[in-house]
Amino acid sequence: MERRTVFGGWLLPILLVLPQLTLTGFFFYWPAAQAVWSSMTTQDAFGAGEVFVGLDNFSELLADPLYVASVGRTVVFCVTVSALAMGLALALAVFADREIRGKGAYRTLLIWPYAIAPALSSILFLFILDPRVGMLGRPLNRMGIDWDYHLNGNQALLTVVMASAWKQVSYNFIFFLAGLQSIPRAVIEAARMDGAKGWRRFRTITFPLLAPTTFFLLVVNIVYAAFDTFGTINALTHGGPGKDTETLVLKVYRDGFINQDIGSSSAQSVILMLGVIAITALQFRFMGKKVTE
Amino acid sequence: MARQDRDWFAHAMLGLGVVLFALPVWLVLAGSTQDSDAIARGDLSLVPDLTNFSAYPRVLAHGTMGAQPVWHMLLVSLGMALCIAGGKIAISILSAYAVVFFRFPFRKIAFWSIFVTLMLPVEVRIMPTYSVMATFGLINTFTGLWVPLIASATATLLFRQVFVAIPDELVEAARMDGAGPLRFLKDIVIPVSGANIAALFVILFVYGWNQYLWPLLVATDPGLDTIVIGLVKMIGVETQTDWSAVMATAVLALLPPVAVVLLMQRWFVAGLTEGEK
Amino acid sequence: MKRRALLAGSAALAAAPYAAARAADKTKIVWWHAMTAALGEQVQHLVDEFNKSQDTVEVQGVFKGGYADTMNAAIAASRAGQAPHLVQVFEVGTGTMINAPGKFVKQVWELSKETGIALDPKNYIGAVRGYYSLPDGRMASMPFNSSTAMMWYSKDAFKKAGLDPAKPPTTWEDVVKAAKAIKDSNAAEIPCTSAWFSWIQLEQFSALHNLPFASKEDGFAGLDTELKFNSKAHIAHLDRLIGMAKDGTFKYTGRDSTPSQLLISGKVGIHFDSSGERGDLVKSAQFEWGEALLPFDPQVIKAPLNSIIGGASLWTMTAPGRTPAEYKGVAEFLAFIGKAENDAYWHQHTGYVPVTLAGFDLSKKQGFYEKNVGADLPAQQLTRGTVTPNSKGLRLGRLVEIRNNIYEEVEKAFQGGQTAKEALDNAVARGNKVLRDFQKSIKA
Repeated sequence: MERRTVFGGWLLPILLVLPQLTLTGFFFYWPAAQAVWSSMTTQDAFGAGEVFVGLDNFSELLADPLYVASVGRTVVFCVTVSALAMGLALALAVFADREIRGKGAYRTLLIWPYAIAPALSSILFLFILDPRVGMLGRPLNRMGIDWDYHLNGNQALLTVVMASAWKQVSYNFIFFLAGLQSIPRAVIEAARMDGAKGWRRFRTITFPLLAPTTFFLLVVNIVYAAFDTFGTINALTHGGPGKDTETLVLKVYRDGFINQDIGSSSAQSVILMLGVIAITALQFRFMGKKVTE
Repeated sequence: MARQDRDWFAHAMLGLGVVLFALPVWLVLAGSTQDSDAIARGDLSLVPDLTNFSAYPRVLAHGTMGAQPVWHMLLVSLGMALCIAGGKIAISILSAYAVVFFRFPFRKIAFWSIFVTLMLPVEVRIMPTYSVMATFGLINTFTGLWVPLIASATATLLFRQVFVAIPDELVEAARMDGAGPLRFLKDIVIPVSGANIAALFVILFVYGWNQYLWPLLVATDPGLDTIVIGLVKMIGVETQTDWSAVMATAVLALLPPVAVVLLMQRWFVAGLTEGEK
Repeated sequence: MKRRALLAGSAALAAAPYAAARAADKTKIVWWHAMTAALGEQVQHLVDEFNKSQDTVEVQGVFKGGYADTMNAAIAASRAGQAPHLVQVFEVGTGTMINAPGKFVKQVWELSKETGIALDPKNYIGAVRGYYSLPDGRMASMPFNSSTAMMWYSKDAFKKAGLDPAKPPTTWEDVVKAAKAIKDSNAAEIPCTSAWFSWIQLEQFSALHNLPFASKEDGFAGLDTELKFNSKAHIAHLDRLIGMAKDGTFKYTGRDSTPSQLLISGKVGIHFDSSGERGDLVKSAQFEWGEALLPFDPQVIKAPLNSIIGGASLWTMTAPGRTPAEYKGVAEFLAFIGKAENDAYWHQHTGYVPVTLAGFDLSKKQGFYEKNVGADLPAQQLTRGTVTPNSKGLRLGRLVEIRNNIYEEVEKAFQGGQTAKEALDNAVARGNKVLRDFQKSIKA
């Protein structure tokens, strides 16, 4: 986790780090502190009649079997979406890194999907996957496959996993491509001249050299799946059928924004935040070392 | 020759990838040329009607009633996206550089306290952030649109990874040349990170471009409407939607991010050659 | 550096004379609403007409997102002392708004008293204003866009199934028979379905049949209300729908307005949805359709009562430093939209029902209903019979959450995972917990 050669002095680095720290203080820690405070209160939507209730919100959540089930569901969701989004993106980036014709066009076409406004992309997925009017949904049902994610929990989960992963593939693709580009060609050529074939080259040279990028993307993807998928899931299934696609972030948003239950949703956010911090800290511990050798 | 076989395979895989992932983009393009009522009925076709581009002038002329003209919203979005991308990259490079290349008191705390900002979703922060902005008098201002959005740590994390991997030989060589830390940053570190800066710029530009919830909350003056807000305003919830207009606006909204992507492609290649240290 | 130039540019934009256009003499009223597309244009039309009609007050309509986003924005702004003058809040947010402290919200009766501008509850249709009034009849918010639930059917499908397209079913028994006929003759891909399942099949069902959805007059009479929609009659109704699903004559097709798409595309024989669907049907449908009153169960009630409304109302918000002139401006605008010709205009150009009796009468006189057959059925359904405590509407805190619980339990039942009784019992238990939490947060 450390570099061996560094520069001396302490004033300069502190000045360099100050802008971000200041912004972080105002726009993260201050609101986060408010969230932590709110998580220990009961209040009405307008904040009037705020009552301190200690850890009641937390104990209620942890005692609720529905909440605990949500946790498990979210873990499954995060792992699946990350694996899918990263795996596909890596494969595509490797192919797009080759010296083939039209490589620029392929890259552009694969990056564009990231630019579609999230509000619109969920609607587009509806147009594609809806069991009765969707471009794919309709033919599937006509072929006899009972495709209906409004009623089938597993299909619903599959649908939101696909939609969420889809959005991330472009993102991962961009960074994997940048990472691949940063690998000096000399190294690849040396390996090729040593007789290492494509897959072996990938496994022993390319993939290890991509480790910093992979680690970065792993962290970002898990955070994305845990936090930024609210819009997609809500537009497609609202968390249903039943609770089959209700992830933790959906519950946070629903309780905070729609049900105006500030106390409980803040408590849920705090739990979620602690969970993700823990996972990331673990990642740093186990992989951070390998990554920076 | 084995080379050609692999190329064919690469083309096939990439082609499949494009179909899978670019399909929704294609739908938007195709949909903008079709009839709104047909789309409302679910008859959205993959084949564009190349004789029908009437949605575009309609949308450019007057968007929806009471909304800003589309060109104004595009301008606001552009300003916001550039400020977010530029601002975030700037402060992240500085922070990551400080944390990686120096030892100073509270270094680890500084890094972790920045890094932890990845972990709290916007939706949770949004109400308290609003009151913070109100305290500074930045509600309903252009500055208020983008300043809270550059605080998070994604870029810092990426730059940290990149900087940590820079070979020691380079640092030694620079020191022997008598270069100070700022020279080293400007002449070596930033160019070496070229491809990643380009990638980040694309990502952050689009991220800023597509912001919806925060600008919606903090801005009341219609003069501060972004194109995404304009787009959502056109999607009817309890009423009929002019789908071809929505899709045409979406295509127009896609153009600046796409232009950014095309421009940044050249930096990817530049990053490639810089990589040959 | 490029960034400095950008910052300078942004400062310039921020200082740009957006504010200069405001005439210093006019009182400026800001109205946050959630209307998009065609509805947004109609809102703008109303605002423009009001501004043109006088020269002391200027209203500015601002789109603030969907209903939930708009409400949240208003609450956040309130907490920061920057609330708009008027905000459009969906009907399920009424519980929260009506319990808001006086320093955030000014109720209509108080606004009217303070400004001296008449906003007489008697002008408004009973079932409409009832939802937004205090138990003693004083209005808390101003009804604006109200819809109710209707039955929509495909005349084409009816013909194909051998049913009379001019005689839609009036009882649930008839609906079951008709759906079966449609299924047997393959006249429609989906014989029967429903949008807004909770609103229509439980809330409206309760009102029509004079059954309590919740105790204490559906919540109007106290925060200690408890849910009652797991009575025998309710369970029997859900059982009926589940039975139809097993027969293939009913299909559950999603929450809220997700199923509405199916109606427009002509795939459904009999559909239950908001009265607002009319606009879409008129514009885009390519099949012959009909609008009808909601069916009822004669075994539960001989003659059905009025249905209840959905939609939203306008709430007046307070802020530090707000002047009497501003409140007067708000009251004038509320009076303006309540005038017969404006109410009629809004009703006729959107899918919403007229909220004033005068507006309804004017539309009749204008012959609107001759040209648009069936467009008067919603208002008819809202004004029939006498309003009882069970048909005033619902006054429940966190109603959105209660509805979500209902969706989840009902979906499980349709998946075959539990019986109708279990589903409704579970939904009631979970919902009651929500109500107790809400009660705690208000008493606090």
